[in-house]
Amino acid sequence: MSEQFKPKILVFCCNWCSYAGADLAGIGRLQIKPYFRVIRTMCSARVDPEWILEAFRLGADGIIVAGCHPGDCHYIGGNYRTRRRMALLRSLLTQFGLDPQRLELAWVSAGEAPKFAATVNDFIDKVIELGPSPYRKEKTADATGSSKEAV
Amino acid sequence: MPEKIKLALAQGATCSGCDIAILDLDVELLKLFEVADLTFAPLATDIKFKDVEAMADGEITICLYHGAVRNSENEHIARLLRKKSKIMVAYGICAAYGGIPGLANVTSKKKILDTVYEDTATTVNPDHTRPQTHHITEAGHELELPELFEEVKTLDDVVDVDYVICACPPTREMNVKLLNVILDFVNGKAPLPPKGVILASERTLCDECPREKPEKVVIEEIKSVDYTKLDPEKCFLEQGIICFGPATRAGCDAKCIVVNMPCRGCMGPTAAVLDHGGSMLSALASIIKVSGAETEIPEEEIAKFMEKLKDPLGTLYRFTLPKSLLKRVVKE
Repeated sequence: MSEQFKPKILVFCCNWCSYAGADLAGIGRLQIKPYFRVIRTMCSARVDPEWILEAFRLGADGIIVAGCHPGDCHYIGGNYRTRRRMALLRSLLTQFGLDPQRLELAWVSAGEAPKFAATVNDFIDKVIELGPSPYRKEKTADATGSSKEAV
Repeated sequence: MPEKIKLALAQGATCSGCDIAILDLDVELLKLFEVADLTFAPLATDIKFKDVEAMADGEITICLYHGAVRNSENEHIARLLRKKSKIMVAYGICAAYGGIPGLANVTSKKKILDTVYEDTATTVNPDHTRPQTHHITEAGHELELPELFEEVKTLDDVVDVDYVICACPPTREMNVKLLNVILDFVNGKAPLPPKGVILASERTLCDECPREKPEKVVIEEIKSVDYTKLDPEKCFLEQGIICFGPATRAGCDAKCIVVNMPCRGCMGPTAAVLDHGGSMLSALASIIKVSGAETEIPEEEIAKFMEKLKDPLGTLYRFTLPKSLLKRVVKE
């Protein structure tokens, strides 16, 4: 099965470093597996934990949050907050029954196109190995059995 | 004198604290019963399902449903009363967000039954007897038991809900507010509020908290309420106690805070957030103290600092797990 499994990966990139890095990876024509979608945010700290929970609810198999290297945040300390939240969120996701490896934090600067490509490729390999997210299966089962009664 | 309206108090998976909360209206109860008749209220009146089934659709004016929906009987009551009532109120946090019974979503039906009928030290069950939903006795009597659901649901997962009242249990002031809404409607003074209204504030509890608000909060150690001497003037978070004020809807008049207990979040989240726990998680992560310059600390160490919060799921979703984004625990 795992050969056919095409994961859905979400990559949150901060505007100042990681998005530019991703852009450069595109310009440089670096090969990245086509299973990820990038969402640009002004800062990695703008990524609310709710968004990550919502993405998993909607069936994402893995999520990368990418920001500037520690010390390099455009807003001075945004990425420190991200780091704290992601650490706490990982232990929460573990309790929810998800493998914490499905949530990755990466520091990618504007010049690190190869690092962006490598991070995403490695992550995709890891998620393919982990298989589909259990919340994804739940969702398909739910879709058939909606029980709310219209009045 | 206009005709009396009909009031129903329906029970789901509940501790019945909400029924008691209504009794807490004391003298105001007399005002309530001047305008309302109690119909379906299993705790106070002798009434059977068939009596409710015999009613016309919409005959009951207002139904307060309290408790979560976690077995087939809860669901049956919810659907039946929805059909017979003009206004359905999700009354109390269990009906609105799942409440404490909602924490059953961290486990599964099978595990719950295993624990109750096999695993506990005091259980003696050599025949491995389990409750059956249907049984015919030797004398030929048919016996039915409700079926336990795989997961706990909230009232609005099953039926259409008109109004929501949170808290565990709803406070006397909230009940008076609801009573006045009913009175104004019955006396023709004001129309009913629009559907979907939550009878509380749109702000967070910190907004109405009477304590001194610090400029910046840093938690060095997460402390337990039982073993800490608490300053009644200082912010709980500042004292290292987890207080859900920053993420919880106001409208309870800070009742716990006033008696020196931190908020546990029984009012649920404000309308602006999707997920109560996720919102509180952001707040907590920012205020837990890490030692040393953050630039130099490796990720693993940050994770260790964040582990100061024991049992994040149980703490962050104490009252709202079935209405959270992920709803329940899964197995990878």
